[in-house]
Amino acid sequence: MFKKLIQKARVKSPWLLHYDCSSCNGCDIEVLACLTPVYDIERFGIINVGNPMHADLLLVTGTVNYRNRKVLLNLHDQMPDPKLVVAIGSCALSGGIFREAYNVIGGVDKVIPVDVYVPGCPAKPEAIIDGVTLGLNVFTRSKEGRKTHAR
Amino acid sequence: MTGTAVSIVIGLIGGPLLGGLVSGLDRILTARLQSRIGPPMWQPFYDVVKLWGKEKVVVNVWQAFCAYCYVAATAIALVLFFLKSDLLLILFTQAVGAVFLVVGALSSTSPFSQVGAHRELLQILSYEPLLVFVAVGIYLETGSFKIAGLDTWDEPLLMKLPFLFVVLGYALTIKLRKSPFDLSTSHHAHQELVKGLLTDYSGPFLALTEIGHWYETILLLGFCSLFWANNWIAMMILIVATYFMEVLIDNVSARMNWRWMLGYVWAMGLTLSLVNLIWLYVG
Repeated sequence: MFKKLIQKARVKSPWLLHYDCSSCNGCDIEVLACLTPVYDIERFGIINVGNPMHADLLLVTGTVNYRNRKVLLNLHDQMPDPKLVVAIGSCALSGGIFREAYNVIGGVDKVIPVDVYVPGCPAKPEAIIDGVTLGLNVFTRSKEGRKTHAR
Repeated sequence: MTGTAVSIVIGLIGGPLLGGLVSGLDRILTARLQSRIGPPMWQPFYDVVKLWGKEKVVVNVWQAFCAYCYVAATAIALVLFFLKSDLLLILFTQAVGAVFLVVGALSSTSPFSQVGAHRELLQILSYEPLLVFVAVGIYLETGSFKIAGLDTWDEPLLMKLPFLFVVLGYALTIKLRKSPFDLSTSHHAHQELVKGLLTDYSGPFLALTEIGHWYETILLLGFCSLFWANNWIAMMILIVATYFMEVLIDNVSARMNWRWMLGYVWAMGLTLSLVNLIWLYVG
Protein backbone atom coordinates (compact mmCIF):
# COMPACT_ATOMS: atom_id res chain seq x y z
CA MET A 1 0.00 0.00 0.00
CA PHE A 2 2.84 2.31 0.89
CA LYS A 3 4.48 1.60 -2.47
CA LYS A 4 1.29 2.60 -4.24
CA LEU A 5 1.16 5.80 -2.20
CA ILE A 6 4.75 6.65 -3.14
CA GLN A 7 3.97 5.90 -6.79
CA LYS A 8 0.97 8.21 -6.69
CA ALA A 9 3.01 10.90 -4.94
CA ARG A 10 5.69 10.64 -7.65
CA VAL A 11 3.13 11.39 -10.33
CA LYS A 12 1.61 14.17 -8.24
CA SER A 13 4.82 15.96 -7.34
CA PRO A 14 7.46 15.97 -10.08
CA TRP A 15 10.05 18.65 -9.44
CA LEU A 16 11.79 19.73 -12.57
CA LEU A 17 15.30 20.81 -13.33
CA HIS A 18 15.78 22.73 -16.51
CA TYR A 19 19.13 22.61 -18.30
CA ASP A 20 19.89 24.67 -21.35
CA CYS A 21 22.47 22.87 -23.52
CA SER A 22 23.44 25.91 -25.61
CA SER A 23 19.93 26.40 -26.93
CA CYS A 24 18.91 29.60 -28.75
CA ASN A 25 16.64 30.31 -25.71
CA GLY A 26 13.48 29.85 -27.76
CA CYS A 27 12.62 26.57 -26.03
CA ASP A 28 13.78 27.94 -22.65
CA ILE A 29 11.35 30.81 -22.87
CA GLU A 30 8.61 28.32 -23.64
CA VAL A 31 9.63 26.14 -20.67
CA LEU A 32 9.52 29.16 -18.37
CA ALA A 33 6.18 30.16 -19.90
CA CYS A 34 4.75 26.96 -18.39
CA LEU A 35 5.43 28.39 -14.94
CA THR A 36 3.58 31.65 -15.56
CA PRO A 37 -0.03 32.29 -14.48
CA VAL A 38 -1.25 31.42 -18.01
CA TYR A 39 -0.21 27.76 -17.84
CA ASP A 40 0.61 27.48 -14.12
CA ILE A 41 2.13 23.99 -13.97
CA GLU A 42 2.20 24.20 -10.17
CA ARG A 43 -1.41 22.97 -10.57
CA PHE A 44 0.15 19.55 -11.18
CA GLY A 45 2.53 19.95 -8.25
CA ILE A 46 5.44 20.74 -10.56
CA ILE A 47 8.06 23.05 -9.10
CA ASN A 48 11.05 24.43 -10.94
CA VAL A 49 14.03 23.61 -8.74
CA GLY A 50 17.54 24.85 -9.39
CA ASN A 51 19.15 21.88 -7.73
CA PRO A 52 19.66 18.45 -9.35
CA MET A 53 19.63 16.77 -5.92
CA HIS A 54 16.00 17.78 -5.44
CA ALA A 55 14.82 17.11 -9.00
CA ASP A 56 12.78 14.25 -10.47
CA LEU A 57 12.54 15.53 -14.01
CA LEU A 58 15.33 16.83 -16.21
CA LEU A 59 14.16 19.07 -19.04
CA VAL A 60 16.89 19.55 -21.59
CA THR A 61 16.81 22.04 -24.44
CA GLY A 62 19.40 22.70 -27.13
CA THR A 63 22.13 20.70 -28.82
CA VAL A 64 24.73 18.76 -26.93
CA ASN A 65 28.30 19.66 -27.77
CA TYR A 66 31.67 18.50 -26.51
CA ARG A 67 31.76 21.26 -23.91
CA ASN A 68 28.39 20.90 -22.20
CA ARG A 69 28.31 17.12 -22.48
CA LYS A 70 30.08 16.78 -19.14
CA VAL A 71 27.76 19.26 -17.45
CA LEU A 72 24.70 17.40 -18.70
CA LEU A 73 26.10 14.07 -17.54
CA ASN A 74 27.03 15.54 -14.16
CA LEU A 75 23.54 16.96 -13.63
CA HIS A 76 21.96 13.65 -14.62
CA ASP A 77 24.23 11.73 -12.25
CA GLN A 78 23.48 14.06 -9.35
CA MET A 79 19.73 13.45 -9.59
CA PRO A 80 18.65 10.69 -7.19
CA ASP A 81 16.61 7.82 -8.69
CA PRO A 82 13.90 7.54 -9.90
CA LYS A 83 14.28 10.23 -12.55
CA LEU A 84 12.97 11.17 -15.96
CA VAL A 85 14.56 12.98 -18.87
CA VAL A 86 12.49 15.03 -21.28
CA ALA A 87 14.22 16.40 -24.38
CA ILE A 88 12.57 19.56 -25.70
CA GLY A 89 12.82 21.06 -29.17
CA SER A 90 14.42 19.98 -32.44
CA CYS A 91 17.95 20.66 -31.24
CA ALA A 92 17.63 18.49 -28.15
CA LEU A 93 16.00 15.74 -30.20
CA SER A 94 18.52 15.41 -32.97
CA GLY A 95 20.82 18.42 -33.07
CA GLY A 96 18.35 20.33 -35.27
CA ILE A 97 19.85 22.66 -37.81
CA PHE A 98 23.17 22.49 -35.97
CA ARG A 99 23.57 18.73 -36.25
CA GLU A 100 26.30 18.97 -38.93
CA ALA A 101 28.31 21.57 -36.99
CA TYR A 102 31.83 20.43 -36.07
CA ASN A 103 31.35 20.89 -32.32
CA VAL A 104 27.91 19.30 -32.05
CA ILE A 105 27.47 15.74 -30.82
CA GLY A 106 23.77 15.63 -31.67
CA GLY A 107 20.63 15.03 -29.61
CA VAL A 108 20.48 14.62 -25.85
CA ASP A 109 20.01 10.86 -26.23
CA LYS A 110 23.60 10.55 -27.44
CA VAL A 111 24.69 11.31 -23.86
CA ILE A 112 21.91 10.37 -21.43
CA PRO A 113 18.83 8.16 -21.82
CA VAL A 114 15.75 10.15 -22.82
CA ASP A 115 12.22 9.14 -21.84
CA VAL A 116 10.13 11.66 -23.73
CA TYR A 117 10.84 13.64 -26.90
CA VAL A 118 8.94 16.90 -27.36
CA PRO A 119 9.38 18.18 -30.93
CA GLY A 120 9.02 21.77 -32.13
CA CYS A 121 11.17 24.75 -32.96
CA PRO A 122 10.44 26.08 -30.43
CA ALA A 123 8.23 23.52 -28.69
CA LYS A 124 4.88 24.97 -27.58
CA PRO A 125 4.25 25.23 -23.82
CA GLU A 126 1.19 23.00 -24.31
CA ALA A 127 3.39 20.38 -25.96
CA ILE A 128 5.92 20.62 -23.11
CA ILE A 129 3.24 20.12 -20.46
CA ASP A 130 1.86 17.23 -22.53
CA GLY A 131 5.30 15.67 -22.77
CA VAL A 132 5.94 15.97 -19.05
CA THR A 133 2.58 14.41 -18.10
CA LEU A 134 3.25 11.64 -20.64
CA GLY A 135 6.62 11.04 -19.02
CA LEU A 136 5.02 10.73 -15.60
CA ASN A 137 3.35 7.53 -16.81
CA VAL A 138 6.79 5.94 -16.61
CA PHE A 139 6.57 6.30 -12.83
CA THR A 140 3.23 4.49 -12.73
CA ARG A 141 4.24 1.68 -15.04
CA SER A 142 7.24 0.22 -13.24
CA LYS A 143 7.58 -0.27 -9.52
CA GLU A 144 10.74 1.66 -8.90
CA GLY A 145 10.33 4.02 -11.81
CA ARG A 146 13.20 3.81 -14.20
CA LYS A 147 16.65 2.91 -13.00
CA THR A 148 19.57 4.82 -14.38
CA HIS A 149 20.56 3.47 -17.77
CA ALA A 150 24.09 2.54 -18.66
CA ARG A 151 25.83 5.19 -20.62
CA MET B 1 -1.76 10.31 32.78
CA THR B 2 -4.21 9.70 29.91
CA GLY B 3 -4.25 13.44 29.28
CA THR B 4 -0.46 13.45 28.98
CA ALA B 5 -0.50 10.53 26.53
CA VAL B 6 -3.19 12.23 24.43
CA SER B 7 -1.16 15.46 24.35
CA ILE B 8 1.95 13.59 23.24
CA VAL B 9 0.05 11.81 20.44
CA ILE B 10 -1.61 15.05 19.32
CA GLY B 11 1.76 16.80 19.29
CA LEU B 12 3.60 14.04 17.44
CA ILE B 13 0.97 13.13 14.83
CA GLY B 14 -1.42 16.07 14.74
CA GLY B 15 1.45 18.57 14.52
CA PRO B 16 2.84 17.54 11.12
CA LEU B 17 -0.65 16.81 9.74
CA LEU B 18 -1.81 20.30 10.64
CA GLY B 19 1.50 21.79 9.53
CA GLY B 20 1.20 20.13 6.13
CA LEU B 21 -2.33 21.45 5.71
CA VAL B 22 -1.23 24.96 6.67
CA SER B 23 1.59 24.67 4.15
CA GLY B 24 -0.86 23.49 1.46
CA LEU B 25 -3.21 26.39 2.17
CA ASP B 26 -0.23 28.73 2.10
CA ARG B 27 0.72 27.53 -1.38
CA ILE B 28 -2.84 27.90 -2.70
CA LEU B 29 -3.16 31.37 -1.18
CA THR B 30 0.22 32.41 -2.60
CA ALA B 31 -0.83 31.13 -6.04
CA ARG B 32 -4.12 33.06 -5.85
CA LEU B 33 -2.25 36.23 -4.89
CA GLN B 34 -0.15 35.72 -8.03
CA SER B 35 -3.33 35.08 -10.10
CA ARG B 36 -2.56 31.39 -10.48
CA ILE B 37 -4.69 28.40 -9.51
CA GLY B 38 -2.08 26.68 -7.40
CA PRO B 39 -1.53 23.07 -6.37
CA PRO B 40 -4.06 20.87 -4.55
CA MET B 41 -4.23 21.29 -0.78
CA TRP B 42 -2.59 17.89 -0.20
CA GLN B 43 0.44 18.86 -2.28
CA PRO B 44 2.91 19.15 0.64
CA PHE B 45 2.04 15.59 1.67
CA TYR B 46 2.58 14.32 -1.89
CA ASP B 47 5.94 16.10 -1.90
CA VAL B 48 7.06 14.54 1.36
CA VAL B 49 5.87 11.03 0.44
CA LYS B 50 7.61 11.30 -2.93
CA LEU B 51 10.84 12.50 -1.31
CA TRP B 52 10.59 9.61 1.12
CA GLY B 53 10.52 7.18 -1.81
CA LYS B 54 13.59 8.64 -3.49
CA GLU B 55 17.06 7.21 -3.45
CA LYS B 56 19.06 8.02 -0.31
CA VAL B 57 21.95 10.30 -1.20
CA VAL B 58 23.91 11.82 1.65
CA VAL B 59 27.06 13.89 1.65
CA ASN B 60 28.22 12.35 4.91
CA VAL B 61 26.83 10.66 8.01
CA TRP B 62 26.60 13.92 9.96
CA GLN B 63 24.11 15.34 7.53
CA ALA B 64 21.70 12.43 8.03
CA PHE B 65 22.26 12.55 11.80
CA CYS B 66 21.52 16.28 11.87
CA ALA B 67 18.34 15.87 9.82
CA TYR B 68 17.05 13.30 12.33
CA CYS B 69 18.06 15.50 15.28
CA TYR B 70 16.28 18.49 13.74
CA VAL B 71 13.01 16.58 13.43
CA ALA B 72 13.38 15.06 16.90
CA ALA B 73 14.07 18.43 18.54
CA THR B 74 11.21 20.22 16.81
CA ALA B 75 8.84 17.34 17.59
CA ILE B 76 9.88 17.40 21.26
CA ALA B 77 9.39 21.17 21.36
CA LEU B 78 5.86 20.82 19.99
CA VAL B 79 5.01 17.96 22.38
CA LEU B 80 6.28 20.10 25.28
CA PHE B 81 4.02 22.86 24.03
CA PHE B 82 1.00 20.56 24.02
CA LEU B 83 1.98 19.36 27.49
CA LYS B 84 1.76 23.03 28.54
CA SER B 85 5.31 23.01 29.71
CA ASP B 86 7.79 25.79 30.35
CA LEU B 87 8.07 28.43 27.59
CA LEU B 88 11.84 28.77 27.96
CA LEU B 89 12.35 25.01 27.77
CA ILE B 90 10.30 24.91 24.55
CA LEU B 91 12.27 27.80 23.07
CA PHE B 92 15.63 26.21 23.84
CA THR B 93 14.58 22.81 22.49
CA GLN B 94 13.42 24.48 19.31
CA ALA B 95 16.74 26.39 19.09
CA VAL B 96 18.67 23.11 19.39
CA GLY B 97 16.73 21.80 16.40
CA ALA B 98 17.42 24.94 14.38
CA VAL B 99 21.14 24.69 15.11
CA PHE B 100 21.24 21.02 14.08
CA LEU B 101 19.76 21.97 10.71
CA VAL B 102 22.58 24.48 10.27
CA VAL B 103 25.25 21.99 11.35
CA GLY B 104 23.89 19.51 8.82
CA ALA B 105 24.17 22.11 6.06
CA LEU B 106 27.69 23.08 7.22
CA SER B 107 28.83 19.45 7.04
CA SER B 108 28.73 19.65 3.25
CA THR B 109 31.33 21.51 1.21
CA SER B 110 28.84 22.92 -1.29
CA PRO B 111 29.21 26.72 -1.34
CA PHE B 112 25.43 27.15 -1.64
CA SER B 113 24.91 25.03 1.42
CA GLN B 114 27.63 26.92 3.31
CA VAL B 115 26.27 30.37 2.43
CA GLY B 116 22.76 29.22 3.32
CA ALA B 117 23.97 27.87 6.67
CA HIS B 118 25.77 31.09 7.56
CA ARG B 119 22.69 33.10 6.69
CA GLU B 120 20.51 30.77 8.74
CA LEU B 121 22.82 31.36 11.73
CA LEU B 122 22.30 35.11 11.28
CA GLN B 123 18.55 34.51 11.12
CA ILE B 124 18.68 32.54 14.36
CA LEU B 125 20.72 35.37 15.86
CA SER B 126 18.00 37.81 14.77
CA TYR B 127 14.93 36.04 16.06
CA GLU B 128 16.08 34.16 19.18
CA PRO B 129 16.38 37.28 21.43
CA LEU B 130 12.93 38.35 20.26
CA LEU B 131 11.37 35.02 21.21
CA VAL B 132 13.03 35.23 24.63
CA PHE B 133 11.61 38.75 25.07
CA VAL B 134 8.14 37.43 24.22
CA ALA B 135 8.57 34.75 26.90
CA VAL B 136 9.77 37.38 29.37
CA GLY B 137 6.73 39.53 28.58
CA ILE B 138 4.40 36.59 29.22
CA TYR B 139 6.28 35.96 32.50
CA LEU B 140 5.91 39.58 33.64
CA GLU B 141 2.19 39.48 32.91
CA THR B 142 1.29 36.05 34.32
CA GLY B 143 4.08 35.53 36.85
CA SER B 144 5.10 32.21 35.33
CA PHE B 145 6.91 30.80 32.31
CA LYS B 146 4.46 27.88 32.28
CA ILE B 147 1.82 27.81 29.57
CA ALA B 148 -0.52 25.83 31.81
CA GLY B 149 -2.37 28.75 33.41
CA LEU B 150 -2.86 30.76 30.23
CA ASP B 151 -6.10 29.24 28.94
CA THR B 152 -7.91 30.35 32.08
CA TRP B 153 -6.30 33.80 32.21
CA ASP B 154 -9.21 36.24 32.26
CA GLU B 155 -7.78 38.92 30.01
CA PRO B 156 -6.24 38.00 26.62
CA LEU B 157 -2.49 38.67 26.62
CA LEU B 158 -2.86 40.60 23.37
CA MET B 159 -4.37 43.51 25.30
CA LYS B 160 -1.35 43.76 27.59
CA LEU B 161 1.36 42.68 25.14
CA PRO B 162 0.34 44.15 21.75
CA PHE B 163 3.88 45.20 20.81
CA LEU B 164 5.29 41.84 21.80
CA PHE B 165 2.78 40.22 19.44
CA VAL B 166 4.23 42.33 16.62
CA VAL B 167 7.70 41.23 17.76
CA LEU B 168 6.53 37.62 17.60
CA GLY B 169 5.34 38.43 14.07
CA TYR B 170 8.93 39.31 13.09
CA ALA B 171 10.19 36.02 14.51
CA LEU B 172 7.36 34.18 12.74
CA THR B 173 8.24 35.75 9.38
CA ILE B 174 11.88 34.74 9.76
CA LYS B 175 11.03 31.25 10.98
CA LEU B 176 8.45 30.55 8.28
CA ARG B 177 11.08 31.58 5.70
CA LYS B 178 8.97 34.38 4.26
CA SER B 179 10.20 37.43 2.36
CA PRO B 180 11.86 39.79 3.22
CA PHE B 181 13.62 37.43 5.63
CA ASP B 182 13.90 34.27 3.47
CA LEU B 183 17.67 34.64 3.19
CA SER B 184 18.86 31.13 3.88
CA THR B 185 16.32 29.11 1.93
CA SER B 186 13.13 29.93 0.11
CA HIS B 187 10.00 28.30 -1.25
CA HIS B 188 10.04 30.46 -4.35
CA ALA B 189 12.27 30.13 -7.37
CA HIS B 190 12.87 33.83 -7.99
CA GLN B 191 15.69 34.36 -5.48
CA GLU B 192 19.45 34.62 -5.90
CA LEU B 193 19.96 31.67 -3.56
CA VAL B 194 16.91 29.45 -3.77
CA LYS B 195 17.44 26.41 -1.58
CA GLY B 196 20.63 27.55 0.17
CA LEU B 197 20.55 25.79 3.50
CA LEU B 198 18.69 22.78 2.08
CA THR B 199 20.82 22.40 -1.07
CA ASP B 200 22.54 19.20 -0.02
CA TYR B 201 19.65 17.62 1.83
CA SER B 202 17.92 15.38 -0.67
CA GLY B 203 15.35 12.60 -0.87
CA PRO B 204 14.24 11.27 2.54
CA PHE B 205 16.39 13.79 4.40
CA LEU B 206 14.78 16.71 2.61
CA ALA B 207 11.45 15.15 3.60
CA LEU B 208 12.65 15.12 7.23
CA THR B 209 13.57 18.80 7.13
CA GLU B 210 10.14 19.54 5.65
CA ILE B 211 8.40 17.63 8.44
CA GLY B 212 10.56 19.49 10.97
CA HIS B 213 9.48 22.74 9.36
CA TRP B 214 5.81 21.74 9.80
CA TYR B 215 6.42 21.07 13.50
CA GLU B 216 8.02 24.50 13.83
CA THR B 217 5.20 26.21 11.94
CA ILE B 218 2.62 24.75 14.32
CA LEU B 219 4.79 25.57 17.34
CA LEU B 220 5.06 29.23 16.32
CA LEU B 221 1.37 29.49 15.49
CA GLY B 222 0.87 27.95 18.93
CA PHE B 223 2.87 30.83 20.42
CA CYS B 224 0.56 33.23 18.59
CA SER B 225 -2.45 31.41 20.04
CA LEU B 226 -1.19 32.11 23.57
CA PHE B 227 -2.02 35.76 23.03
CA TRP B 228 -5.74 34.98 23.03
CA ALA B 229 -5.85 31.67 24.82
CA ASN B 230 -9.10 31.99 26.78
CA ASN B 231 -11.47 32.03 23.80
CA TRP B 232 -11.30 29.44 21.01
CA ILE B 233 -13.00 31.53 18.33
CA ALA B 234 -10.90 34.63 18.98
CA MET B 235 -7.79 32.42 19.04
CA MET B 236 -8.58 30.93 15.64
CA ILE B 237 -9.32 34.36 14.16
CA LEU B 238 -6.02 35.67 15.54
CA ILE B 239 -4.03 32.76 14.07
CA VAL B 240 -5.73 32.90 10.67
CA ALA B 241 -5.30 36.69 10.47
CA THR B 242 -1.62 36.41 11.46
CA TYR B 243 -0.92 33.70 8.91
CA PHE B 244 -2.74 35.62 6.18
CA MET B 245 -0.59 38.66 6.96
CA GLU B 246 2.52 36.46 6.68
CA VAL B 247 1.52 35.23 3.22
CA LEU B 248 0.63 38.75 2.15
CA ILE B 249 3.96 40.16 3.36
CA ASP B 250 5.74 37.29 1.62
CA ASN B 251 4.11 38.20 -1.68
CA VAL B 252 4.49 41.96 -1.58
CA SER B 253 8.08 42.18 -0.43
CA ALA B 254 11.43 41.19 -1.87
CA ARG B 255 14.31 39.47 -0.13
CA MET B 256 16.65 41.84 1.73
CA ASN B 257 20.23 41.23 2.82
CA TRP B 258 21.34 40.02 6.23
CA ARG B 259 22.69 43.38 7.38
CA TRP B 260 19.30 44.96 6.83
CA MET B 261 17.58 42.03 8.52
CA LEU B 262 19.78 42.11 11.61
CA GLY B 263 19.63 45.90 11.92
CA TYR B 264 15.94 46.23 11.25
CA VAL B 265 14.73 43.27 13.28
CA TRP B 266 16.89 44.10 16.27
CA ALA B 267 16.12 47.84 16.15
CA MET B 268 12.37 47.38 15.74
CA GLY B 269 12.05 44.16 17.74
CA LEU B 270 14.12 45.20 20.72
CA THR B 271 12.58 48.69 20.86
CA LEU B 272 9.03 47.35 20.69
CA SER B 273 9.85 44.67 23.28
CA LEU B 274 11.42 47.18 25.67
CA VAL B 275 8.54 49.63 25.30
CA ASN B 276 6.06 46.86 26.03
CA LEU B 277 8.08 45.50 28.95
CA ILE B 278 8.53 48.95 30.51
CA TRP B 279 4.82 49.60 30.06
CA LEU B 280 4.04 46.31 31.81
CA TYR B 281 6.50 47.01 34.60
CA VAL B 282 5.29 50.56 35.27
CA GLY B 283 1.61 49.96 34.62
